[in-house]
Amino acid sequence: MDAILFLLFAAIAVVCAINLVLQSHPISSALSLVGVMGSLAVLYLLLGGEFIAMAQLIVYAGAIMVLFIFVIMLLNAGTELKTKRHLWGMYAGVPLLLALVGVVGYIVHDVLPASGAVVFGSFQHGNPEDIGKNLFVNYLLPFEVTSVLILVAIVGAIVLARKEVD
Amino acid sequence: MPPLPIPEAAPLSWYLILSAILFVLGVAGFLFRRNIITVFMSIELMLNAVNLSFVSFSYKLKQNDGHIFSFFVMVVAAAEAAVGLAIILTVFKNRQTLEIDEVSSLKN
Repeated sequence: MDAILFLLFAAIAVVCAINLVLQSHPISSALSLVGVMGSLAVLYLLLGGEFIAMAQLIVYAGAIMVLFIFVIMLLNAGTELKTKRHLWGMYAGVPLLLALVGVVGYIVHDVLPASGAVVFGSFQHGNPEDIGKNLFVNYLLPFEVTSVLILVAIVGAIVLARKEVD
Repeated sequence: MPPLPIPEAAPLSWYLILSAILFVLGVAGFLFRRNIITVFMSIELMLNAVNLSFVSFSYKLKQNDGHIFSFFVMVVAAAEAAVGLAIILTVFKNRQTLEIDEVSSLKN
């Protein structure tokens, strides 16, 4: 059952990701990305990450994608123009990317020690209580630095997007 | 035709290979697409793929540190999306285009 769920949502994620790359309209790409993020949230649940699955849905599929779609609508982005493709990208990029997948698959599958099966429910530390304890005890400083990062991002976004004052 | 040998539960290596496939698709979108917003979405796809790796290793190591890392990645992605989309707005305001080939002032 776990394997079937994994295969189903992995297939949805891969198909949506391929669709993201192949579609020529940004809105289609954005909706494909929402599909990828939703199926990844299901995979996080299978891996026992309840908190991170909900954060994925709320932050990524909710907030960030709304921002993307808002900008696409605001700028009225249309179908992208067919321009001259870079030959380097086409003829060197695709084989290199396939080689990367091959190497990673080989290492993960054959070189690393056997990893064992992922059984739903066997990982019990992904609930908000345990995450919160670890976050506020061991990772308190990175958490605070993150708040500074977000403040900088807010100021930067406002400065970049404001109207020029003459 | 014999039934496909599907195990009862998916091994952890499948998750890592899925992560690699998604990452590579993100790289492909980054390389081949010409729309600046789609390029940006490809970056988000790569970040998502790495998050899946973090959560998988977290399962393997029986610790939730990986979840916290991927949470930080999400926060950084949100900040990056806000600033990046503001940059895209500014580029569009100044040049009336979203094609990255036409924004090449720094070239040569």
